[in-house]
This record gives sequence, C-alpha cells and structure tokens, in this order.
Amino acid sequence: MIVDTNENNDRRDVDLDRPSLEAVLAHTWKTPAGLWGAMATVDHKIIGRRYIVTAFVFLALGGVLAILMRIQLAQPEARLLGPDRYNQIFTMHGANMMFLFAVPVMEAMAVYLVPLMVGTRNIAFPRLNAFSYWMYLAGGGLLWVAFALDMGPDVGWFAYVPLSGPQYAAGKRADIWAQMITFTEVSALAVSVEIVVTVLKQRAPGMSLDRIPLFVWSMLVTSFIVIMAMPAIMIASTSLILDRLIGTHFFNPAEGGDVLLWQHLFWFFGHPEVYIIFLPAVGMVSTLVATFARRPVFGYLALVMALIATAILAFGLWVHHMFVTGLPRLGESFFTASSMAIAIPAGIQIFCWLATLWDGKPIFKTPLLFVIGFMFTFVIGGLSGVMVASVPFDTQVHDTYFVVAHFHYVLIGGAVFPLLGAAYYWFPKITGRMMSERLGRWSFWLIFVGFNLTFFPMHILGLQGMPRRVYTYQPDMPWHGLNLFVSGSALILTAGFLVFFVDAIRSAWQGEPAGDNPWDAPTLEWATSSPPLSYNFVFIPVVEGSNPLWERRDTLAVGGGLRTDRRELIITTVGAAETEAREASPRNSIWPFWTAVTTSVMLIWSIFSPWAVVWGSIPVAIALIGWFWPDGTPEDDS
Amino acid sequence: MTERKPWWPLFYLLPLLSLTGCSGWQSALDVHGQSAISLKHLIVLIVAVCSLIWALVMIALIFALWRRRGDNALPFRRDPARERRMTISVASAVAVSVIIIVVFTLASFTTTRALNVAGSDDFIIKIRGLQWWWDVEYPGSAPSERFQTANEIHIPVGRNVRFQLEGIDVIHSFWVPSLAGKQDLIPGRPNELTIRAERPGVYRGQCAEFCGMQHAHMALFVIADEPSVFEEWLRVQRAPVASSSDAEVLAGQRVFLSKPCAACHMIRGTAATGTTGPDLTHVGGRKYIAAGLLETTRGSFAAWIADPQTLKPGNNMPMVPLDPEELRSVSAYLASLK
Repeated sequence: MIVDTNENNDRRDVDLDRPSLEAVLAHTWKTPAGLWGAMATVDHKIIGRRYIVTAFVFLALGGVLAILMRIQLAQPEARLLGPDRYNQIFTMHGANMMFLFAVPVMEAMAVYLVPLMVGTRNIAFPRLNAFSYWMYLAGGGLLWVAFALDMGPDVGWFAYVPLSGPQYAAGKRADIWAQMITFTEVSALAVSVEIVVTVLKQRAPGMSLDRIPLFVWSMLVTSFIVIMAMPAIMIASTSLILDRLIGTHFFNPAEGGDVLLWQHLFWFFGHPEVYIIFLPAVGMVSTLVATFARRPVFGYLALVMALIATAILAFGLWVHHMFVTGLPRLGESFFTASSMAIAIPAGIQIFCWLATLWDGKPIFKTPLLFVIGFMFTFVIGGLSGVMVASVPFDTQVHDTYFVVAHFHYVLIGGAVFPLLGAAYYWFPKITGRMMSERLGRWSFWLIFVGFNLTFFPMHILGLQGMPRRVYTYQPDMPWHGLNLFVSGSALILTAGFLVFFVDAIRSAWQGEPAGDNPWDAPTLEWATSSPPLSYNFVFIPVVEGSNPLWERRDTLAVGGGLRTDRRELIITTVGAAETEAREASPRNSIWPFWTAVTTSVMLIWSIFSPWAVVWGSIPVAIALIGWFWPDGTPEDDS
Repeated sequence: MTERKPWWPLFYLLPLLSLTGCSGWQSALDVHGQSAISLKHLIVLIVAVCSLIWALVMIALIFALWRRRGDNALPFRRDPARERRMTISVASAVAVSVIIIVVFTLASFTTTRALNVAGSDDFIIKIRGLQWWWDVEYPGSAPSERFQTANEIHIPVGRNVRFQLEGIDVIHSFWVPSLAGKQDLIPGRPNELTIRAERPGVYRGQCAEFCGMQHAHMALFVIADEPSVFEEWLRVQRAPVASSSDAEVLAGQRVFLSKPCAACHMIRGTAATGTTGPDLTHVGGRKYIAAGLLETTRGSFAAWIADPQTLKPGNNMPMVPLDPEELRSVSAYLASLK
C-alpha cells in the first residue's frame, strides 16, 4: 500500500513468506542478549517494563515510609522517630510518591502501551526514551542514597522557602530534593515528547482522531500538560539551587526577592501535576469499563472533550493551594470558581462510565473490581476537592489531615486503583501470563477496605484541628483514638499491597498462559502475541473503526510495504491517519546510557560546585556526539 | 462480591455524626468565634450536599452493575434509541452538577463576605511567628500601654480583634479553629486576621504551616475574657515585675541574671533585656510554657531548663549547665512571675 519511489533493491515484507518474514523482522528489531544489549536497547517494551518495575519498587519503598509514619503517630508523643528523622521521612514519602512513583508509572505504562495501541513498531525517539529511563533511575537513586546517608530532604515535598532556603536549611538536604526534581522532570519531559509524536505521527493507517483509544488520548493530553507545567518547577528548583549555591536572591525578601514567588511557581506546576497523574487513570478506567461492560464506552467525544477541558482548567487553579497566604479577595474568588468548575469535566467522565456500565453487561473480573473501587473512592475525593475549592471552607481545613485525606482519596482512589486494575488487565499482555483471579480479589478487598478505613477518619481528624506534617501530638488533644484506628487500618492496606506484589511476582513465572487476547478486548495491543514480539506487529494493522478487534472479529486488515532489512515504520497524517511516508526508526545504541551517566555526574556535582556546569558539560557533549554520530544509512545521513 | 457493599454508605455518615458533637478546644466543629460559626454553617451545608450526591452516584453505580450481569457475553453494538436516552440522562446529570457547583460558589462568596472585616474600632494585637513560638505584642495607644508576651493571647469577648501577622524567619500559619480560619505569617508580606470571640473560654491553636523541626510543638492559646477581666489582665501585664522578698525567688533572680538566660529573654523591671527568646515578664501567670508543651508549674520550669533539647529537640534554647540548687531557685523565680 505504500508506493516506493526511490529504492527497488530492498526486501519488503510483502515479498516474503510468513516464516521468513518473521525471522528477518526478529533479526532487524532484536535486542542482543547480555548486559550490553540490555543497556543499549531502544525497544519501548523492554524500557517500559523496566520503568514499570522501577516505579513499583519506589511505590513499595514509599509504602514502607508511610508505615513508619503511621507507627509513630499511633500514640501521642511517641519516641519511635525523632522530629529530624520524621521530617525526612514525610518529605521522602511525598517526593518519592509524586516524582518517582505516580508520574513515572503513568509515563511507563504509556511507554509500553501507546506504541502497541496505535499499531506501530516502536515509540518515537527511542534513544531519547532509553535516556529518559536512565535519568529517572539516577534521580531516584540520588534521593534514596541521600536518605540512606541521613541527607534526605526534610523540607516537605513542596519545599517552601525560606524554610528550604540557604538560611534555614543547612547542609545539602534541600539541594538533593531540588536536583532530584531536575532528573525526574527531564525524564518526564522526554517521555512526553515521545508520546506526543508517537500519537500524532505514528498511528496505524486509518486510526483517525476519533478512533484513537481513550487511554492514548489521555496520554496525549497528559503529555501536553507535562510539557507546559514541568518547566515551571524546573525554573523554581533551579532558582532555589542558585539561591543556595551562589547566593542569588530570588526568594529572599530582604534583598528584593519574594517568598510567595516560590509558591506560585511550584503550584503552577503542582496543580497540573495532579492531572498528570489522574488523566492517565481516566484513560485506564475508560479502557477497562469498555472491555468489562462488553460495549464501547459511552460518550467517546464527551470523554475526550472532558480530558481536554480538564487539561486547560488545570492551569487556572493553582492558587487554591495558597488560599491562606493573604491574596486579594477578587483573585481568591476567581480561583474558587475555576477550582469548582473542574468538577464538571470530572462529573461528565463519571456519568459516561456509569452509563456504559448501565447499558453493558458487566463481567466482574479483578480489573473491574478496581474500577468499582475507583468510583467509590474517587467520587469522595472529588467531592472533598469541591469542599477545599471554597476559600472559606479551605481556611479551616488547609494544611490539616482533612487535606491529607482528600489528596489520598484523589491520588490512591483516583489513580492507584485504576493503575492496579490496569496492572491486572495488561499483565497478561506484558508477561504472557495471567495474574491470579483469587489473589486479585483478596488484594482488591484488602486494599479497598484498608484504604477507606485508613484515610476516611483523617477527614474527621482534620476538622478536629489536627495539622498535617506534625511528627507527634500531645496527649491532651482528642486525636489519639482515631490515630490509633488509622494506624491499625494501614496494616490492612499494607496486607493488600503485599498480596498484589506476591501475585505479580508469582504470576510472572507461574501464571496461566494468557493467549493473545484473554479479555476479548477491542484495542490493537491485543492483536499481537503476549508478550509482543520485538517488532510488535508482523504487518502494520489498518484501522477501520474505534474498536478494531470487536468490529473485525476474525481477521484484521493489515498493510504492507515496509522494508525488513532495517527498522522502518509508517508515518501517517495527524488528523485522518492517512499514510504519509516510511520512516527509519533508530537502532540500539549505548550512547543514551553514557549521556545519562555524564548528565547525572554533572547534575549531582553541581549541587556542590557551580563549576560542575562548566567542566561537567564536556563529557555530556562527547556522549551526545556519540549519540548523534551518523551511522551510514542514506536517510540518516541526509 | 458486591453483596458486601451496601453497609459502606453507613460509614460515610460518620462525619455527620461527629459534626453534631463537641470535639475539643481546637476544632473547626466546636466553634465560639463569629468567623468560625459562619464557617461551620458552610462546612455543614457543603458536606451534607456532597454526601447526598455521593450516595446518589453510588446507588446509580450499584443499579448499573446489577441490571444485567454478563457471563463472557460477546461485545455488542450500540442501539441508537438507547444511546439517545442515555445522552439525555448524562446531560441532565451534568446540568444538575453545574447548578450545584454554582450554588456552592455563591455560598462560598457569601460566607467570605460575612466574615469579620477590619474596622476602625478594632483592638489591635501584633503577632510574630518564630521557630517555634509566638511573639505577641499589645501596641496600646500610649508607650506605657505597650507590652510583649508570648504564646498566650488574651482578648475581650464580643469585640473585634485584629491580629497583625508578621513572619520573621520562615512561614508559619496562625490557626485557632474554634475562633476563625487560618492565615499565614509570611516573611516580607504582612497579613491581617480579624476575629471576634462570642463566648469566654480558652481556645487552643497551632501553627498550621510546616516550619521545621518543631512544627508539631508550636501551639498558642487564645483566652477570651469578659471585658472587665480582660482590662484587669492588661493592667497586670503592663506593669513590670513586682519585687519579691522570698529568699529562694531572689536567689533565682540572681541565677537568671548571671547566667546566659538574660541574654535572650526579657523580664521587664530587671536587667534581663534579651529579645531573641520569649518575653518572660509574667511567664508564671501563663497556662503553658514552651509554646504549649508543658503546663506552667515549678516542676515544668525545672524540667525545661534542665534539658530543653530532649523535651523539644532542635529548638533554639541551649542547655545551660546549672547545679541542682540553681535549677530549683531559678524555677521558683520564674514560677513567681505572675
């Protein structure tokens, strides 16, 4: 179907019989065995799997910190953790969960799934993808090694100045936090650029904008949010490092700086961050609801518009994190209205999913259970979000346990429940094996019950006046009973996560073989083998509707004409996804790894000396030259 | 599996139960100030409506799941007539949400308007937040009426009191939930908060913005008194310390003045003129010491002075080595400063 214009001596997929085609493609796209091959690979599935596993490891580590905090808070004036250690732990918990788990795990799912769901052979800019993973790993390593050395940040995950400034945060703890931000933001920005280009230019022929799977839509919108929001936090964290390292005064009121500037910059990123985590979950829920209700999701257009509306509104409500800083009343009113308004797209999504389930014939497998758990908890989180959007309401609950309850309902209820459902759903695709349905139910019920018993009482604690981020409280406060109850419930929640991890690890080796499409799902990732081959699809599918595997239940239309002796994929138009060109896809390379190593050295060194930026950039430049060195194919040279 | 669900909605009624009860001296639900009372009305309204919305959504969810459960059913196509009916239902639900959101927004504006606003007749008190205590200044209308105290704020009942809030080191947040919502103390950006206590009482507050090591131990007390009692308190506070004839107290005063104590603390009427730490002129008359950490007794003073870093690790008061006799007398002296 692709007309060749300039080369006639190459072998095309249509010229070969099926077995030899598969052999040639496997050779062209393979990742060599061994450590070297693993480090040089640019296969989005291998990198995506690595990303997912790493993110879940950080989830487990962050969970351990949470348990430590709950043991400390079970009793008033407990002495298990001192204030210094506790402040490091809650800062680590927040920073780890936001920057090393929640955002990366969503990006990771996208790295693995988006190319498969749009029917292409690799993600766009695959070497950048490899680079982004190594940067993420280095940033996570930096934070945790520092914590192990008692140098963990202790200024809160939003690191307000002046507490995190040069005068009040001695040592390098705050710098570790700020530089960890740089690492994770670089990796998130890289992945976002890849996703945008993959979705806009590499969709299978025929996958016009109105046929893009909703998870892919959600990742496209999320990626645009990342690209627009993350620069704000990088400016903020870099300015903080400059204040601390070379004595600039961005945030020093005595020298004309401004303390509130930090909060504006941080929350201009920080609020969209919530949607960076939540919108992929919306995509996952839309996917799961359709598959398990056995009908296409109701209100596709409304759901896409809700995603876009959320993304736009997300940039207009950061000030609701600053309602008690003494802003002008008119400004507060505007941000109350915009914060309330974001409940409307959220409502549209909930109603569309309800309608889908209503009209469908739901099958109660573990992924759907997590979706139901999501509906239960996320609606509570969304409604408590409406509560804190009101300025007067917020003046009573801001910085209390009410807010702790609220954002855990939104982030765990709204994002982790769908993520766990998604993990059960896509596990067979990624590993080729099913997770256990029985353990899945156990893990769901333990997590669901444990979560609600842990976090619901925190609303009441907040209204009873318990501030957040306190390492202890005094015996004469009436909070003891509920705190003990919360700490006990946290153990149920922990048990649920343990069951999940045990199930995942066990099933990866011993699970039932899954087959290509165990859930009878409609999207393209299920059209290939489980786990998918290195080249994803033998022939690129041609899409004729929004639910390709439901509309053509026996065979899928495919297109051919790609070269087999080098990595090639199809480029299509942005709107209608008409075929436009064949494009070479980069081969494996070790240079992204070396670029990440040299960049990491430069960034970590720059915590200690400004000269690191000068001398450290030389190896980075060398690594980049290696990365982009022309390697002899005519197209790459031109 | 969903059989187990229906009892959960009962769980959500818990906050409603607690809203009706009294829950302590630092609670947004046990309110005695004009602002806090209006805020509680708003909180109850929004929580009640939201609980109702949640219950309706859950009922819809349970019906949706129960209506026709499939067993590995084949995926099916959409029926245009049903799609149309569903569109109407979803659109109506969205319309209702919009109306509720607008009502909440208006209720929120109205409440903000009803809160205390600054007036010319307000009683003014300056509050400075420091790591980890509150410096309180009563400016008065004449220099002789001006005095400083710490961590305990007395106000007259039934009169608007305007707190001028100033951040000195890092950001703190002034929050006495039984009287009003919170307001930050931000270095370089003075803020104000006007409150009115409707009933006499002791209301506890606590720093609400994370401010470092001892954020957890940065409490304050607002004591609302009848105007006559309040005037008497003002009169006592304005006066410097009275001289004592008690031998132990006098010994304690000598210890205080000869040791580093006087370099950081002020005791009006003596040579102690430090300004780094809390003003101790009438510290014996306050309910608590060390920002709400310990009730004021001789024993508490002794324990605190003997080892402040164990009781409140990281705070800025050093341990001053004293022999037991010195410790006893200095504690007696401080306790005598009523």
